[in-house]
Amino acid sequence: MWITNFLTSSIGRKLIMSLTGLFLILFLTVHLAGNLQLLWNDGGESFNSYAYMMTHNPLIKLIAYGNYFFILLHAFVGILLYFQNKGAKGTKYAVSTNASASWSSKNMALLGTLILAFILLHMGDFWLKMKMGEGWINEVDSIALGHPVKDLYEKVNYSFSQLWIVIVYLVGLGVLALHLSHGFASAFQTLGLNHKKYTPMIKMLGKIYSILIPAGFAIIPLYVYFFK
Amino acid sequence: MSTTNYIDMNDMKLQLKIWRQKSADQKGYFETYTVHASEHMSFLEMLDVLNEQLIQERKEPVVFEHDCREGICGACSMVINGQPHGPNGGTTTCQLHMRSFRSGDTITIEPFRAKGFPILKDLAVDRSSFDRIIQSGGYISVNTGQAPDGNSLPIEKGVASKAFDAAACIGCGACVAACPNGSAMLFTSAKVSHLGLLPQGEVEHANRVQSMVAQMDKEGFGMCSNTGACEAECPKEISIENIARLNRNYMASMFSTDK
Repeated sequence: MWITNFLTSSIGRKLIMSLTGLFLILFLTVHLAGNLQLLWNDGGESFNSYAYMMTHNPLIKLIAYGNYFFILLHAFVGILLYFQNKGAKGTKYAVSTNASASWSSKNMALLGTLILAFILLHMGDFWLKMKMGEGWINEVDSIALGHPVKDLYEKVNYSFSQLWIVIVYLVGLGVLALHLSHGFASAFQTLGLNHKKYTPMIKMLGKIYSILIPAGFAIIPLYVYFFK
Repeated sequence: MSTTNYIDMNDMKLQLKIWRQKSADQKGYFETYTVHASEHMSFLEMLDVLNEQLIQERKEPVVFEHDCREGICGACSMVINGQPHGPNGGTTTCQLHMRSFRSGDTITIEPFRAKGFPILKDLAVDRSSFDRIIQSGGYISVNTGQAPDGNSLPIEKGVASKAFDAAACIGCGACVAACPNGSAMLFTSAKVSHLGLLPQGEVEHANRVQSMVAQMDKEGFGMCSNTGACEAECPKEISIENIARLNRNYMASMFSTDK
């Protein structure tokens, strides 16, 4: 089949990495926008109603399953590429090349594995407990929805009152920043988009994005830990 | 009474740490040599001095590839202090001169390393995988006739320049050697670009892209992860813009050819 030949070719596999990566970049933006409601001073009303909507709207649930699949696909193909590329290089040089290639670009698999470990930890702490029955997360009345919803707001505040969790999150976000600093622009190059007119803009945007998004996420645990 | 002003031209004393390997299936190792050289010598001439010395000592000379020694054939493949073709940008090993080093330096010389380039002996690697990539489609099948009269075939200046820049590739393999993934994307993309951008090569372009990528994959080269190491080490300064072109042309070819 031409389509399997295409997707398993060297360029096809890279295309999978690029497209899933770009989807995950979009997801991060939406995820951050939602999370920033944790900073609202309304006792969690807006964040909890939002969390209810995110876990009950059928369209969002569909996208969420797509998101889990893309994370796993990105990780699986990425690990596969790492081993194949390592095999294709063979013996390493005795003196390491000090070419202009960035450290992140040469360590995407390591950074990606750390992010995967972080995601598992993150989902175990919030996502899994949200999905569990009663007893894991308390319920609270939502004014907007007019019925009780799970108080994820309180759970987040509790988690981020613990120093070790705050540190793990900050480290995880630092790793994410490094991964994005190469991944963002790289995704466009793999798609075949490289031109002296717009490539410098993509690269600049990638650098800004890789700082702004992790920094945005980092505000939440820092704010909770220090000001609540 | 006349005095002879004797100037020692070979006033540089260098330590060379060179990879020695008898054959593909034997284990290699580093051997250290001391050589006296002049700063005016090219790197290869310095290695010639070492080999003369080894022959006089009845030892086996170091095998390394060289041919034109004027920077256009791409034969002089070696990694010098971790960089293919040595420390100077846009330069082949034969065009690298000893004035780029200092007396007393230790220089580590290794062969190009990649699965697609198995070691033959010492610093010489087998790059016939590149020949097979070319054989799979890096040509124009029909006779395109004599060189046409200037401007009889209008080609826009920007396009002609891009094709010419890609055609500067000498197929030396430094891109593969520099790539942490041992990927041959820069080489393949340069060949595809220099043919496909011009009207004579455009006809077979989509099929050529598919065949050459398929052969590249078959040879065991790694996958491009856009580190840009190839572009930085290329003695002909081929841009990774060509890799992007190969990516988009390969994707497009999937929907335009019957294969």
